[in-house]
Amino acid sequence: MSVEEKYVAAAYLVVFVAVLVYLLIISTKLARLEREVGELVERVKEQRG
Amino acid sequence: MDTLNRNRLPALAAAAGILVAVAIAMIFFYAPVDQDGLNQKIFYFHVPVALTAYAGFGWGAWKALLHLWKGKPGADLESYVAIHQGIIFGALTLLTGSLWARVRWGHWWLWSEDQLVLFLVLFLFYSAYFMLRFSVEPGRMRANLSAVYALFGVVLIPISFAAIRLAKEYIHPIAFTSEGPQMSGSQFLTFCVSWAAMLTLLAALYHLELAGKRLDARLRELRELLA
Repeated sequence: MSVEEKYVAAAYLVVFVAVLVYLLIISTKLARLEREVGELVERVKEQRG
Repeated sequence: MDTLNRNRLPALAAAAGILVAVAIAMIFFYAPVDQDGLNQKIFYFHVPVALTAYAGFGWGAWKALLHLWKGKPGADLESYVAIHQGIIFGALTLLTGSLWARVRWGHWWLWSEDQLVLFLVLFLFYSAYFMLRFSVEPGRMRANLSAVYALFGVVLIPISFAAIRLAKEYIHPIAFTSEGPQMSGSQFLTFCVSWAAMLTLLAALYHLELAGKRLDARLRELRELLA
C-alpha cells in the first residue's frame, strides 16, 4: 500500500469510526433508557399491588 | 402521515446506508483519478462532510430563530441537537482535511490559509455553545441564551464559505467557482451522490439523537409523576 493510499484509507476510516462511536454512544443510552423503563414499570406494579 | 412520521427514522437510516454505499462505489469505481492523484478521492468525503456541517449549524440557527420568534415548543432541543450534529461533522471535516493537507501539501495544518482558520473559528464558536448551554440552569433563560448564541454563529458560515474566494494567495483548492464546478461530469455526479449521502446521514443521526432526548425527557416526567 502506497503512502497516498494509506492517507485516503485513513480519511475514510475516520468517518466510519466516528459513525460507529456515535452508534455505540446511542446504543449505551438506549440500554439505560430500557433499564429505566423497566424500573418504572416495576414501580407502577408495586403501587398497584 | 402518521405512518410516515413513525417510519421516518428507519427510512432515513436505510437511505443513508444505501447512499453511503453507492457513494463509496462511485468514488472508487466510477469517478476517474485526476491529475492530482489518488489523494483527490478524499475530496468526495471531505467537502460533503464540510457542507453538511454548515447545514447542521444552519439548521440549528433556524430552529433557534423559530424558538425566539414563534416560541415553537421543542425548537430549543432541535436547535441543540442540530448544532451537536454540526460539531460532529465539523470535527470530521477538520480530521479529513488535515489528512488530505498532509498528503497534498506536506502539512497537517496551515495557519496562513483563511479557509482552514475560519472553519476552525466556526467550529470553536459552536463548541463554546455547549459551554454556555450547560453553564445555565435548564429553563426559559437557557433556551433563549442558547438561541441567541446559535444565531450569532450563523453569520460565520458565509464568511467561512467565501474565505477561499476572497483570499489573494491560497493553496486550498477551489472546486466551485462562478463558472460552475471545476471537475468532469462523472466527478460532479459522484460529488452530488456523496453530498446527498452525508445530508441523509445527518438527517438520520439528527432524528435518532432527537428521539433519544425526547424519550429521556418523557421518562423524567413520568418518574416525577410517580414519585
